[in-house]
Formats: sequence, C-alpha cells, structure tokens
Amino acid sequence: MTPMEERHDAPYRSVPTPIAVQRAVARPGRLRRRRAVNTVMIGLMYVIALITSLPLLFILWHLVKAGAGYLGPEFFTKMPKPVGESGGGMANAIVGTLVLVGIASVVGLPVGIGAGLYLAERKGKPLATAVRFLSDVLNGIPSIVMGIFAWQLLVRPIGHFSALAGGIALGAMMIPLVTRTTEEMIALVPNSLREAALALGYQRWRTSLTVILRTALPGIVTGALVAVARIAGETAPLLFTAFGNQFWSTSLREPISALPLQIFTYAISPYDDWHAQAWAGALVLIGLVLVISLAARFATRSRFGPAVD
Amino acid sequence: MSDVFVPPPTIAPVAPAPSAGNGSTAGGRVAGSAFGDRIYQIAITVFALCVPVLLLLLMWEIGKAAWPALHQSGWHFLTSSEWDVSEGKFGAAPAIFGTLVSSAIALLIATPLAVGVAIFLSEFAPKWLRQPVAFLVDLLAAIPSVVYGLWAIFVLVPLLREHVMPFLRDTLHLGATPFFSGPAYGPSMLAAGLILAVMALPYISAVSREVLRAVPRSQREAALALGATRWETIWDAVLPYAKSGIIGGIILGLGRALGETMAVTMVIGNRAEISASLFAPGYTMASLIANEFSEATNDMHLSALMAVGGVLFVITIVVNAIARWLVWRVSREARV
Repeated sequence: MTPMEERHDAPYRSVPTPIAVQRAVARPGRLRRRRAVNTVMIGLMYVIALITSLPLLFILWHLVKAGAGYLGPEFFTKMPKPVGESGGGMANAIVGTLVLVGIASVVGLPVGIGAGLYLAERKGKPLATAVRFLSDVLNGIPSIVMGIFAWQLLVRPIGHFSALAGGIALGAMMIPLVTRTTEEMIALVPNSLREAALALGYQRWRTSLTVILRTALPGIVTGALVAVARIAGETAPLLFTAFGNQFWSTSLREPISALPLQIFTYAISPYDDWHAQAWAGALVLIGLVLVISLAARFATRSRFGPAVD
Repeated sequence: MSDVFVPPPTIAPVAPAPSAGNGSTAGGRVAGSAFGDRIYQIAITVFALCVPVLLLLLMWEIGKAAWPALHQSGWHFLTSSEWDVSEGKFGAAPAIFGTLVSSAIALLIATPLAVGVAIFLSEFAPKWLRQPVAFLVDLLAAIPSVVYGLWAIFVLVPLLREHVMPFLRDTLHLGATPFFSGPAYGPSMLAAGLILAVMALPYISAVSREVLRAVPRSQREAALALGATRWETIWDAVLPYAKSGIIGGIILGLGRALGETMAVTMVIGNRAEISASLFAPGYTMASLIANEFSEATNDMHLSALMAVGGVLFVITIVVNAIARWLVWRVSREARV
C-alpha cells in the first residue's frame, strides 16, 4: 500500500481499504452480481425480521388459545382444587405474587434509589465506580444463585420457608436495576436546576430530594416499574424461599404461593386439568407483566415526550 | 428530552454552602442544614454500600456452604461425570457440559437472527415497520422464564418430537452423525438450546441495535459515496466498526443463557449424562440445582449443589465482565 492510499484510509478507522471501490474498479463487470447480492441480503434481513417477530406472537397466541377458556371470575377468587376436581382458581397465588412483589419493592426500591442518588452525586469517587461495577455484577447473577443464597441466609438458620425470604430474594434482584436507572435519570436533570435551588438557599439534601429527585421522578418510576415487571415473573429465586403453598396465606413468616411457582408446579404435573390451569395462570402473569411494562412506557412518554424506540 | 429541559448557558459556579451568608442571623438553621446534609450523605452512602455488602455476603455464604463438597471432591468436582447422591459422589461435569452446550446452541441460532434484526431496524427498515418489529422483539425479554417453559413443554417439545427431530434424523439423514442420533424423546438438549435462543435474542438484538446506532453517519455516507451498495455499506463499513460491541452483546446474551433456570429445567430432560447427541436429555448447572435442591437431605448433597451454584456464579461473572468491557470499549470509541 502506498503512503498515499494510507492517507485516504485514515478517517475510516475500522475499514482497512475502501473495498467497494477496489471491487468496482478491479471488476466493473461484477456490478450486476453485487447488486444481486445486495438484493438477496436485504431480502434476507426482511425474512429475519419476520422470523424474529414470530415467537412472541406464537407464544401469546397459544397462551390465549389454551388459557383464555379457563379464565373467569372464579379463577381470581377461588382456591386451587385438589387433583381430580375440575374448576378452582389461583386466588392465593395471585395474592401471593402481590405480597412478594410488595416485600421486594419495600426492600429494593429505597436501596436502589439511594444507591442511584449516591452514584449520581459522587460520580468520580472510587467508591462510586466500584458500586457501579458491582451493581452490574449483581445484575448478572443467575436468579437460581440468588435463590440458594437467600435460602442459605434466611431459610436455613430459621428452619422453615417464608414469604419474607422470597420477597427479600426478589428485592435483592431489583436493587441493581433500580440503581442504574435512577443514576441515569438523575444524570439527565440539568445542573442548572441544582444550582438554582442551591442559590435560593436550599440545603443540599433538600435540593437533592425535592428538586433533583422530583424532576427525575417519572424516569425513576419507569425504572421501578420495569424492575417490578421483571421480578414479578421470577420463579427460580422463590423455589427454595417462598416455596409455594396450596392454602390461603398472607403471613410473611409462612411459605406463600406465587403465580410463577404455581404455573411451574402445574406445568410439570401429569394432569390435564392442571395443565389448563397453568396456561390460564401464565396468561394472568403475562397480563400483569405486560400491563406493568406498558405503564412504564407510558410513564416515560407522559413526561419526556414520546418514548425513544 | 431536550425540548423539555434546554439547559441555559452555564451559570456562574454556585457557592458550596448557601448558609454561609446568613450564618449570624439564623444560627439554628445553619446547624440544621449541616446536620441534614450529613444525615443525607450518610444515608445515601449506606444505601450505596448495600450493593458491595450484598455481593460479599453472597460470595461468603455460598463459598462457606460449598466448601465441604469442594474440599471432599477437589478437582474431580469439575471433571468427574459421576453424580451419585447415594454414593456421595459429586462430579458436576455433565451439568457444566450441558450448560455450555445448551448456551452454545442458543447463541448459534440467536446470533444471526438478533444481529440481522438489529441491522434491519437500524439500517433500512421502513419507518412504519420499525416500531412494531422492535416492540415484538423487545417484549420477548419481558416474558417470564416459566411461561417460556410452559410454552416449550406443550408446543415446542411435541413439535420437535413429531416433526423436527424425525426430519433432521431421517429425511436429512443427519442421524448418521453422532449429533442427531438416537431416539427422539422430545425433552432434550436441542429443546433447551432452542428455547434459550428465543430468550437470548432480545438481549443480543438490543445491544447490537444500540451499538449500530453509535456508528457515525459519516462511516455510511463515505462508503455509499465510494459506490458501495447498501449491503456492502453495512458489511464493509458499518459492521466492522460495530464488531466488538456486537460481540459484547452476544456475550451478554451468553451470560443470560448460562444462568437461565426455569425454562431449561422444564425441557432439558434432567439426566446427568454427557452425550454427543442433541436429541439426548441432559442437565445444566441451574436445572440441576432447581431439581435436586429441595430434595437434598444430607449435608454433602446440599453442599455439592451450593458448589454448583458457586461455579455458575463465577462463570457468569467472568462472561459478563468480558461483555461489559467490549461494549464499553465501543461506546468509548464512539465518544472520541
């Protein structure tokens, strides 16, 4: 390569040579082939886009087809029936999921938002860098590992499964999600707002809590909802903590049922009746998760204009 | 967002403590403000410290619980394929093998699709298609694992057993190779890999899309101006630029696939054997724990399962760290 050519390359760091030009100059007769390749590949991308759009539609379609028939008022108000008796519902599992999500939010939201505030306000500090990195690590921990950790910490010493242990396991999974979105949302608040508040004589903590946090609130709410949507469907952390319960229970110290657990138990059971219940339960769970996810999108949209795609 | 908050030209730097000026007139308030600030600082620092404390606690507790089994088995824990609870022999090799193979299948299938759809969305999708396709792919990440499992048990596995597996084995004559031989039960490594592919897809595609968006416009314009076709622009100018970020996204998807529990447990067949055939049932580390943990009665069995969890934890941390580093490198380059 002559020095001259090298200079031409310089702006396009990742492209060693303008290959297209080389090809065109070297073999002008190939233009038709190049165009054909172009058409084929772009066509292929359309096919891929179609294929990747299908799984969600398939899954939703099967859910509705197999589950909708079982969904009635009874499903939400009745307890599960023993094997052999048809009918019954998942009232206890639905309430159990709400209880678990509630505990998780009580644990995860304050810690996550607090840590996010710290990361945003102490940006350059070594501790902030470390916490940011470690919250990514925490986010990557497989949910089953979180489950056995919570078991070892909260179930083994006490001697029995409890709703509290399950909720705390879910809460721990929420922390990194909420931390990162809180930090990102606070970073979007212009510095001039903080300066204005401080100039008016606001103390720093009041500035942070009433001006900065308030401005970033819609974004933080979105982040919290996304986190809730994610943990509401988690099963693995609950297997050995909340454990599941065939009876009505809202006690935090007793094992508690949850929709995902109930779906799992019913799905791997050999009974057709339970399979149908599992589909219906899955439909309710998906509905719950989708409603929360859509609410999250809406929360962003209402304040910050149309959500980014 | 910029239409909501247009930052005004920078205001002169603010005095650190607004109370300095009126200190003499409102002594009580000044003391109160310093006190409030200190409480606030302490509070958010404590919250921030929860993250490292939680991680340390997790490593400590799992390490402590896993120690007896690791101590007893030594390196055999990772290399031996004998998992016999009654004999007290714990070799996690089949589970480690199953985790790696099912994740590899998942990535092989998911990567072309995820990168393809990311290219489609960022490079040439018509506007009216962009939102719905992105929505359908992104929402895959919102579906709970147990729902994937349910769908896989009752739709995917029968489909594999009755159509796909016989087709691969007999019609395409792939049964002669060790990878597609043996009876088609349905629950298998292949089923686990396929469902993992669907689950990893939205993660890979989201990162790829973000990375492709970070490729400067000039990169594309230059290639087009040089006479490249649209595909050549993507292949020769855009993808090389985004390569390491996309690889980061793939590895992030790998991190998800490695730790995935419920869907895999429901379709992999749960047998602690190493088999070359994708039709054979297997085990992953996560499904091994999910299956045996609540039935584990003796302490050594529990400890061995904790050790499996520990190994899984270490593997996912390493994989995620590599992925973050790759993505971070691209976004740093894009900023320069």
